[in-house]
Amino acid sequence: MYKILTKKSLNPTVTMMEIEAPLVAKKAKAGQFIILRVDEEGERIPLTIAGTDPLRGAVKIIFQIVGATTEKLNHKAEGESIEDFVGPLGMPTHIEGLKKVCVVGGGVGCAIALPVAEALHAQGTEVTSIIGFRNKDLLILEDEFKACSDKLVVMTDDGSYARHGNVTVPLKEMLDEGEAFDMIITIGPLIMMKFVTLTAKPYGVPVTVSMNPIMIDGTGMCGGCRLTLLRDGERVTKFACVDGPDFNGYEVDFDEAMMRGRTYFDFERKSHEKICNLFKGV
Amino acid sequence: MPNMDPKKHEMPTQAPEVRAHNFMEVALGYEESVAVEEANRCLNCKTMPCVTGCPVNIHIPEFIAKIRELDFEGAYQIITKTSSLPAVCGRVCPQETQCESKCVRGIKGESVGIGRLERFVADYHNAHSTGTPEIPASNGHRVAVIGSGPSGLTCAGDLAKKGYKVTVFEALHLAGGVLVYGIPEFRLPKSIVQKEVDTLKALGVDVETNVVIGKTLTVDELFEMGYEAVFIGSGAGLPNFMNIPGEALKGVYSANEFLTRSNLMKAYKESPDTPIMKGGKVAVVGGGNVAMDAARTALRLGAEKVYIVYRRSMEELPARKEEVEHAEEEGIEFRLLNNPVEILGYKNPDDPRDPKNGSVIGMKCIKMELGEPDQKGRRRPVPIPDSEFVLDVDVVIMAIGTSPNPLIKNTTAGLEVNSRGGIIVNEDGLTSRVSVYAGGDAVTGAATVISAMGAGKLAAKSIDEYISNK
Repeated sequence: MYKILTKKSLNPTVTMMEIEAPLVAKKAKAGQFIILRVDEEGERIPLTIAGTDPLRGAVKIIFQIVGATTEKLNHKAEGESIEDFVGPLGMPTHIEGLKKVCVVGGGVGCAIALPVAEALHAQGTEVTSIIGFRNKDLLILEDEFKACSDKLVVMTDDGSYARHGNVTVPLKEMLDEGEAFDMIITIGPLIMMKFVTLTAKPYGVPVTVSMNPIMIDGTGMCGGCRLTLLRDGERVTKFACVDGPDFNGYEVDFDEAMMRGRTYFDFERKSHEKICNLFKGV
Repeated sequence: MPNMDPKKHEMPTQAPEVRAHNFMEVALGYEESVAVEEANRCLNCKTMPCVTGCPVNIHIPEFIAKIRELDFEGAYQIITKTSSLPAVCGRVCPQETQCESKCVRGIKGESVGIGRLERFVADYHNAHSTGTPEIPASNGHRVAVIGSGPSGLTCAGDLAKKGYKVTVFEALHLAGGVLVYGIPEFRLPKSIVQKEVDTLKALGVDVETNVVIGKTLTVDELFEMGYEAVFIGSGAGLPNFMNIPGEALKGVYSANEFLTRSNLMKAYKESPDTPIMKGGKVAVVGGGNVAMDAARTALRLGAEKVYIVYRRSMEELPARKEEVEHAEEEGIEFRLLNNPVEILGYKNPDDPRDPKNGSVIGMKCIKMELGEPDQKGRRRPVPIPDSEFVLDVDVVIMAIGTSPNPLIKNTTAGLEVNSRGGIIVNEDGLTSRVSVYAGGDAVTGAATVISAMGAGKLAAKSIDEYISNK
């Protein structure tokens, strides 16, 4: 069992928790993920690590309440425990040697983008962060990004806070103005990462995207997390759990990944409703 | 006077039409009287050819003699001298190609049902034994075992019996490896695996779940923690795909994923947390035991039709004969000498957001014929031109093997692997690294439970000799 050390609501649908997992806390690097189960019989879900405190043996996770498992997780209180917590899995984000990077986060993806921005900042990289949300209520981590970014642009889709529009607008402006990024690192919804990649393409700036597909074991056994890269005209199958979760944005077949992501859409919606009704009755 | 009936006693099973709709065990096991009668068929040969066919050298005629004497617990004690998982082996070992293939009775009839007798003895013990095993006196040495599948459990058990303090590290949330995520309940009930794991724990073995060696800890860190030797039994790895168009469609699974969802994550239950596609028409590609397991699981999950699609003929089918027979009895259709060339997906021309888009609607196959034998002597399947046809299916399960997992290799300097990625070991199970041993699928690629157990056993012996002589 793994104890919930702290719990904090970041907005109505996003929660932050610190879980006691000393071995994971000691090893984890930005870009890696964990797999957890809330209870016996629960499903295994992957969540990217949002930060660690090795001294306290704490691993920070930030999750959006989207389905039955995240709903159940959100009903756990500080001091309670979850059944399983394993990691750190996947490869860390490659940040060595980067001089000037643009970090583009969308929605709850900003939770994962933050430790990458922090790690870049800590090694002396010049960091420009662009973070986007649907509206003001969903905004998270603005202060934290401010602290580790040389420049920060906040966007809302509906204009209810900061600048109106999506993250590709300021990115394109910067690229037009001749900002010479070594790398754009983007983490967020697939559709956003796809358009960040398309925006960057004419300028030839490398793009790293963080994939978060359906997964079971997370150690390279089930193959559920496979995705297709288009490399030198060939279609290559890769496994997000061991080869990723970071990939070259120009190679990823986003449309296929989005299609695969909807495999259990109906099931997930129904089981979320069931859990919500269950908690309502309590 | 031995029973000279040329046929072995039949294994009672659930009727095919009943078992095709439940996950309960197919084979029901011998009754006491039947077991004793079957034991009477053993000639108790002096040369014991059967023992040479057993990867862990169970003293077969000796335990069968105990059954004849109605000393079933005594029979169990003889088996456990050399095998740490009798209830498992009695169920999933390919006895027909091992011990039973050497049985003298097999020359003029059927061999003694050694596997069935082993299962009977193990089940008798599990049902009647109350005592916990004695914890052996500690010798003060610590050994780490990576993976809790058949090789790891065997290695851990043998070392624990010699007084070693053993810790088993398991990546998943439950111990058992392929015995819990791969082999289905109807062939190997999970309560039996749990019992075997509990027996090891009672011997003083620690099982640490949720630890991925190569990620959470490395092999080198295990030595820093004070372990004097490490056994790698991490199993087979990433599933293979055919690299044909359509393998990313919704409804295409690897057998590992499909079986893990059903077995480990209990997706077969009434309202599971983990989803799986149930019902519809299912094609399983491949002809091994894993393919049979996947096909029979799909059937039990409610599929209206299940096909095994295999590119060679029945003769080359690598699965155990018994599994193939069970599958056929249950109504699984074998599409032999067929090879998939493309999986077809639904696409709504008017609505790119239609949730059905990307779902499997069929699998295009080509008919094959057998040509010249290849290097292994198996006749090579050759496509027949212009023989393509579409099999109407909603789910496709690829059961065409696995490639070794790179996690440990990539994080252990000096650990050598072969061209296929399997860890290289010498005749003692020792890898290219001092005090690091390996065995099972991580070394051989996908093989059997019992060969993995044999490797775990060999490594335990080598580790004991190595540490004792240090």
